[in-house]
Parts: sequence; structure tokens; C-alpha cells
Amino acid sequence: MARNAELTRNIDTITLLLYISCVLMGWLNVYAAVYSPEDQTSLFDFSTNAGKQLIWIGTSVLLIICVLVIDHKFYDTFAFVFYLFMIAMLLLVMVAGTNINGSRSWFKIGSFTLQPAEFAKLATSLALAKYLDQPGINLTKQKDLLWIGGIIGLPALLIILSNETGSMLVFASFVIMLYREGLPGWIPLTGITLAALLILALVVPPLYLFAGIAVLCGIVILLLPRYNRTARSMIGIGLVGVAMMITATGVDFFVNKVLQPHQRNRIKVLIDPNVDPLGVGWNVTQAKIAIGSGRLDGKGFLEGTQTKFDFVPEQSTDFIFCTIGEEHGFFGSLIVIVLFIALVSRIVILAEKQRSKFARVYGYCVAGIIFFHVLVNIGMTIGLMPVIGIPLPYFSYGGSSLWSFTLLLFVFLKLDSRRTNSLFN
Amino acid sequence: MIENRKFIIIGVFCLVGLIYAARLFYLQILDDSYSLESSSNSIKRVIEIPYRGQIYDRNEKLMVYNTPVYDLYVTPKRVKIPDTLAFCRMMDVTRQEFDSIMDLAKTYSPVKPSVFLRQLSKEDYARIQDALVDYRGFEPVMSSMRTYPAHTMANALGYVSEISKKKLENQETPYYRQGDYVGHNGLEEQYEVELRGRRGIKYVMQNVRGVAKGSFKGGEFDTAAVAGKNLYTGIDVEVQQYADSLMQNKVGSILAIDPSTGEILVSVSAPTYDPNQLSSRFFSKNYRKLIKNPYKPLINRPIMASYRPGSTFKLIQALIAQQQGSLFTNTVYGHGGSPMRCHCHGGNNLRGAVRFSCNPYFYQVFRKYIYHNGNPNTFKASAVGLQEWHDHAMKFGIGQKLGVDLPSELRGNLPSVETYNRLYKSELSWKFSNIYSLSIGEGELLISPLKLANLAATLANRGWYIPPHYVKGIGKIGEGIPAAFKEKHYTDIDPKYFVPVIEGMRMAVMAGTVKRDADIPGIELCGKTGTSQNAKFGHAHDHSIFIGFAPMNNPKIAIAVFVENAGWGGVAAASAAALVAERYLKRKNEAQGLKLQEWLMKQNYMPPLSMLPKPRTPKKPDSTAKQPVVKDTIRKPRPMMTHNDGASRSTVGGN
Repeated sequence: MARNAELTRNIDTITLLLYISCVLMGWLNVYAAVYSPEDQTSLFDFSTNAGKQLIWIGTSVLLIICVLVIDHKFYDTFAFVFYLFMIAMLLLVMVAGTNINGSRSWFKIGSFTLQPAEFAKLATSLALAKYLDQPGINLTKQKDLLWIGGIIGLPALLIILSNETGSMLVFASFVIMLYREGLPGWIPLTGITLAALLILALVVPPLYLFAGIAVLCGIVILLLPRYNRTARSMIGIGLVGVAMMITATGVDFFVNKVLQPHQRNRIKVLIDPNVDPLGVGWNVTQAKIAIGSGRLDGKGFLEGTQTKFDFVPEQSTDFIFCTIGEEHGFFGSLIVIVLFIALVSRIVILAEKQRSKFARVYGYCVAGIIFFHVLVNIGMTIGLMPVIGIPLPYFSYGGSSLWSFTLLLFVFLKLDSRRTNSLFN
Repeated sequence: MIENRKFIIIGVFCLVGLIYAARLFYLQILDDSYSLESSSNSIKRVIEIPYRGQIYDRNEKLMVYNTPVYDLYVTPKRVKIPDTLAFCRMMDVTRQEFDSIMDLAKTYSPVKPSVFLRQLSKEDYARIQDALVDYRGFEPVMSSMRTYPAHTMANALGYVSEISKKKLENQETPYYRQGDYVGHNGLEEQYEVELRGRRGIKYVMQNVRGVAKGSFKGGEFDTAAVAGKNLYTGIDVEVQQYADSLMQNKVGSILAIDPSTGEILVSVSAPTYDPNQLSSRFFSKNYRKLIKNPYKPLINRPIMASYRPGSTFKLIQALIAQQQGSLFTNTVYGHGGSPMRCHCHGGNNLRGAVRFSCNPYFYQVFRKYIYHNGNPNTFKASAVGLQEWHDHAMKFGIGQKLGVDLPSELRGNLPSVETYNRLYKSELSWKFSNIYSLSIGEGELLISPLKLANLAATLANRGWYIPPHYVKGIGKIGEGIPAAFKEKHYTDIDPKYFVPVIEGMRMAVMAGTVKRDADIPGIELCGKTGTSQNAKFGHAHDHSIFIGFAPMNNPKIAIAVFVENAGWGGVAAASAAALVAERYLKRKNEAQGLKLQEWLMKQNYMPPLSMLPKPRTPKKPDSTAKQPVVKDTIRKPRPMMTHNDGASRSTVGGN
């Protein structure tokens, strides 16, 4: 008991409470998603998803204890070793992995499956933190940027090769940390603009898109301070507008002329699910119906109808948010969103307090990864994001996901506890 | 400065939180179309399967249509059966069958409906309809079943049955679901996309009792079903049925083509089966029976069987040799100097040689052709000559796919220089004396009835053909025909060289190799008989071949007939061809034809079962089983080694 107390003494209480709330709410909702009024099962029935999730939670507690017991220097010292080990695992899984749902990215040991891609986020975060911790790193220097691109790109490439596009996109979240560490602001801005253009070019007819871009340029010019409204800046903005139009035309041409019809559909369906009303479109429509039918205060725990009977697919994994929306209504959904925003903001605040750059960079990586998952996962169920199959942290059913997010968070909390410790020393 | 970026980052987090909250506010509170009228309502997706297109013949006579039937679905969770035995008796299933169907349904989903019984006829359904009220959890769904009023052409039509697992997994874009019906083999498979139409999806709101409460969101998400298009074929179903009757008790095929369009008029594969057998709920049982049948009724012989063309190939030899300049109308060869035997008197010119199918004559023609290039080295000359021969024969569609609109067409074999280099292990190790059996259509040549019918059409057109095809229109006659079926292929033979050959063919029918009765008055049939050797069964069981067209000028029908095991010469095949041509041209058979018909129908050429290879262990009787391909049948002849003159002299016989 004393040891436990010592272990948790310097752990940030707010983060810990947020974590515990998320995991418990997740578990109850997994239970609700598989619950059937005609065939009542116990929360602790280990043959159901809810029962299994309880096992994952239990093992997560063990993981947390391990993380807290190990000396904080361990993560710093072995950051690159972890990273290389992870790369090796990603390579191995392509050869020796088991094929589940069309992607060869799982290790299967008995009835137990493990997805190394989930843990790649942790290893890459540590490696990035370690790299940026070196003195003299400057994110406006090309050489440093190339190295960082390599550290992020290598696992991302391996993951995309094993056909896990969703997990690969998560690596884009490192941009938040890089931005904080001094990456020039135009780089993420260009990235976001390009992504938005890609999506718009597929959804909006080119003529409207061109008009929209022209109007946008006009507004920007009008908003310029009077002393900046020179011919040069106007031409610059005009050129940016033209570049955007060319990009949009290029995307349009590539998708509609170069790609085969079935490839085109696969891309379009990401953006506009109604292209495939039988498949992805069905999921999104059902998800929206489920959430929408929750109204203000929801139908009540276990009272949902849409998230039962397989109306919503993947209802205990990627679409778990639907159960929350249906059974707990707007209030419930709001609480979940507030919980997550509080969690990532808390991590950012803690990260800013770190004395070592290693811990700060790592903290930002964690915040970015969790934020990205929440952004895409909830966004997809409410029809604001393309359907990309990534889990909702701590809520979605699944061992690999829960373990990896737990490790991610608690390694940071361990680093953070060291900071408070040092005050006493 | 850079430290302030933390505020931007937290700001972005909060902004996203706000946007999502606003979106949820809209979805959950403002837009009440997502919230259903009562919390117990739910939305059901109803799939509308459109009617499959019907299939017609060239005179718009119906060949395939859909009969409404009922599929019975079961939702295991809701099932309440007071007396299982009585229920089984009513449904006409055994207790074991009942248990296995229910197990399967439960594994699929306890709460979603799965198929219990398929294709209950209207009568069956009427019988159980009232009783069903007492049993909860069963739900009838209207469906349809293919029906074949003409009872013919099963092999070329193919059949419709549940999609196989492999096909389900190999779809490029997901369209079919488990249990969907899909065309297998034949025209049903070839024109699947056109025939099936596009299914529609309706989102229907229903309450807890499953009662429909109208469409969801005014049908905004619904897509309408598009009915399948009707398929018009060039088949003349009346003549087709007549040809079927001629092939009773025979193994083989009849294929007739309209030479001016390439449309297939008659497509008989014998023995065959009634297509209705494979469209009832007894599909598995009937399929099992057919696949076990040693006469292999499931093979579509016109395109899937290969034979040696025999003497019919002499026609190509005569044409390309004239074009080459090594043969003239008045060229005369005797029987001397040839290793082949002949039944005729010898000393024919080209017309006579075609008329009497003189083997030594065509031996000399081919020899002259091969050595025409004048190379003093006979090995080199043979290679050069054979290459020329190969390239020109290919123009007739031999040794390649003609592109008929059926899956699984065979290429056949047209031996090339490479073939013999492989056979004799090196280049320039063989010469004319090794390959001369080709001159009379034996040796390594392999050809399907389809290609021979196409050859007949090419002769009828004096030098060109349109690839043979079944389709005459999709949706409407004349519409939607692939461009390939309008394109003329030329053989590069001058029309004047056809004159002596066709005159010879006419004389062959009038007073040559053909049974005299086959020259039915008013038809003006021109033709050529052939014998395809069947060394396995002995010469008494050689296959009888006939190709021809009618009338002589401005031909309307080109035809190829194979009758297996009918013995030497084209007697049986020529009679069938003449009768089919008469029926097609005159719509009836007259006195002489009727006599011939009576004789032909009496003939039984079915090989005794003892001579057939033992049937392989039958495959699982589901729709995943593929039709056997011709490789496994009795008919594929082994290429005959011809370098031993002594041996070939005894086996090569013409007619």
C-alpha cells in the first residue's frame, strides 16, 4: 500500500481522473453496444466484448504499474532502441502477420491478436522527443526537418504498406508538436489548405470551387491593412489563388480521368459516403440516425435501439460514439467532448511545465495523437470527417488500442511525476 | 514568441470541440428528421431486386422469362413453433434438414432474417400460407425464378443460381451479397450486367412490430431499382427445337450461322437437358445428377469441344493454295506418289477433288504449297512454307478465339513452326514428310464446331466473316450490340478462287460423298463431309462431320454438324445439316426431307457406357462447382505422330 502511494504520489490527479472516467465510460458503452434486451448478459461475461474489455482494462492497470515502476531515464535512454524494435516489428508483421479484414497488420498468438501499428505511435513519439532533445536542433533548418520527416515517414510508410491507411494518417498529428517546437507556421497552413482543397475538389463542382477561391482571395485582399494593400501583395495573393485552382483541377483530372471507376469510388466514398449507399454510406447514415435519435438527454443506458441489432456496424469499436449519442443524448456527447478537450489541454499545460525538452516534446506528441483520433473518430460519426477506421481513445473496444493509449499517456505522466519530484529534491 | 503557440494549439482544440458540439446540437436537437417519431421506431433497409431481363429469339419468341416464386425467410430469435414435426411435414423437409437450416441461420444472425426455403412455387405457397400464421418468425418474400418455355438450348443459355463464394469475394466493386442470384455460364453469365439491371435500396421506417411506417426522410436516401434489359438473340427457336429432335440419341453439335450477319441461328449441344431442371428449388439434386451423367450433358459442345477437322479442312487448303499460286482450277493429281489411301477413282481436277474428297490430291496440294518457296533445303523450305500456311489459315479464325459471346470459348490448335520445333526437339529437324497429315485436317489440328461453322459462313460469303455471336440486341433488336460483332474479317483470298471450291461442294452434295437423300430439292446445299478420327474407340466410331451452306448463291444459312461415333463419312452429319437448312429456309420439311428425317431419327449413335471413361467423383452439388471443361472429356484426340509413314498409312483415311 505504501509502495502504491509512493508510486502515485506525484501523478497528476486531474489527468488520472480524466483517464479513469474515459475508460469506465468506454467500458459501459461497449457493454451497451452488445447488450440485447432479449438475451441479457452480465457486464462481467467474459465471452462478450464487454467482458473482454474488462480484461483489457485489468491488464492496462498492470501496464500502468510497470510504467510507473520503471525509472524515467529508461524512456529517454532507450528511445531509439524502442523505435528500431518497432520498425523491425512492422517489417515482421508484413511477413508473418495474419490477414484480418484485408490488412496484414496483426500478430496472432492463439486467440490473442496484437497490432504493432498501434504501438508505433508511442515509439515514434519517444524517438522524436529524443531527437529534438539534442541541442542546436532548429526546425527552420532543412537538414533537421529531413531527419524528422524520416523518423515519422519510415513507420508511416511501413504501416501504409500493410494496408492500414487510418493508422498511417495518425502520424500527421505530429505536426502539432512540431508547430509548438518552432516549425514555420506556413507549413501546417499549406498542409491544411491542400487537404481541404483535395476534399473540396472531389465534392464541389470545379466552377463553384473556382468562384469560391476567387471570392476568398478578394476577401483576404480587402482584409489586408491599408498599408499592406500594395500591387505586389495583391499579385501574390492572386498567384496563390491560381495555384489553388490548378491544384483543384489536377485532383479533379486525376480522379475522374486517370483512375479506374472502382478506384475512383474508393476515394470518393471517403469524402462522400453516399457514393456507396450499400457500404460506407449505410454506416454513416445509420450512425447519424443513431446519434440524432438521442435528442437532448438520450434514450437512457441500454435503451438504445439503433446501435443494437447491427444497424450501426462496428458499433463497439470505431462507431462507439453512436451508442453514447443515442443513449445519453446531447448532454452525454457533450460530456465526452469536454472530457477529451480537457484531457488534451491538460496534457499541453503539463507539457509546457516540463523542464526537459524531451518530456515537453513527448507530451505534445501524446496530446496531438489523442486529439487527432478524437477529431477523426467523432467527426466521422457525425458526418464531418471522411470514414477512416481509427478508434476513439479509451472508449473503443479492443486491447491493442487501449494498451497503446494507456502506455502513451502514462509514460508521459511518469516523466511529469519526475518534474514534481525534483522540486522536493 | 514561440511559447505563445501553446495558446493557439489549445485554441484549436477548443474550436474543434465547439464545432463538434454545434454539429451535435444540430443533429440531436434542431434537425428532428434523424430522431424518429417514437424511440421504438427503427429504419429498415429494403433491397429491391429488379426483374431480370427476359431472353427472346430472333422472331421475338420468348425463350426465358421469370415466374414469381416465394422465398421463405426465418428470423431465429422470433421463431415460435408449437409442433416442429408437423411444421416439417408441412414444409416438406426432414427434421435433420430443418435443424441444419436453423443452425446456419442462427450462426449468421439471430436477429436478422436468413433464407429458410427458396423458390416455393405459387401453389406450394398457397398451401402453407394460412398455416404460417401459427408459426412466428417466418416471413415470405417475393422473388422470381427463371422459366424456359422452349425447353431448349440449356448449354448456351447457362443458368441462374446463388452466387458462389469465390465470385462473391472476387467482386471489384461490392454489388452482390451472400445468397444473391447470379448468372452462371452461357449467356446468363456473359450478359449478367445487362440482364440483372440495378437493384434499388429503400429506407423504410418501421415500428417494433415491423410494420412499415413510410419512407425515411421522404426517400432522400433511396435509389430506385432499374429493371434488367431484355436480351434478343439471333436464335431461331423453332429450328433450334427441330435440330434438338434430330440429335436425339446422338452425341455432338449443330451450329448454324446467318453468314451475312454472323448471328447464330441454331446452337445444339447433344445430349442436353431441360434448362428448367436447374432453376427450381431442386437445383442441387438435378445438378448432381447432370454432373454424374457419363455423357456429360453440361458441356456446351459447340464451343467447348475440340475435334480434328478432318476432310473439311481441305477447303481451306484449296483456297490458300490457289491464292499462293501453287494450285489451279485445272490442276490434276493422281493417286500415285502419295502415302494415303483413297476411295475415289483418282485423276481429279480441283472440283472433282473437293467433290470426292480425294486424299492424295490434297497431299500433293499441301506438298506443293509447303515447297512453293523454292528453298533447296527441304527442312528450311518446310519451315518457311508452314509459317506461311499457319499465318494464312489463322485468317480463317483457326487456332484462336473468335470472340463468341459466351464464357469459356476454346482456342483450339493450329500447329505452327514452334509446335514442331518443340515436338522434334530442335529447329530444322522436320520437314513435309513429318507434317503431311495436316493436308487432310488430321495431325495436330484441333477445332471446335463453332470455328467450322464460321468456316462455312466464310465460304458462303466468299472470303469474309463476322465473328459468330448470339446477341441480336440488348433492350431492343439491333441495339447495344458490341462493335466487334459488326466488323468484317477478311481472309485475303480472292473471291474468284472460291468458285471451283464451291462448285465442288455443290457436286459433293448432289453426287459425291454425301448420302443422296441429303440433296433436298430447292435448297441448293453446298457442303463438305469429314471424318474426325477417334482412334480410342476404333474406326467404327469415328466422328461424322459436315459443313456447308445454302442456297449456293446468296446463302442464308451456314452450318456445321458433328455427330460423334457415327462412323466414317459425313452421312449422318450431312443429313442433319440438310434437314436443318430445309426447315430454316422453307419453314417445313417436304417429302424427301421427311423420309430422310425418319431415317436419321432412328439412328442411335450413343457410345455404349462400357466404352466411356468412368465418371470422376462428382463435385459438391452446389453452384460453386464449375462445369467440366473439355480436357476431361472423351473427345480430345491426342496429336497423331506422323513421322512414321508406315503407321500413318494405316491410320490416315479420308473420305
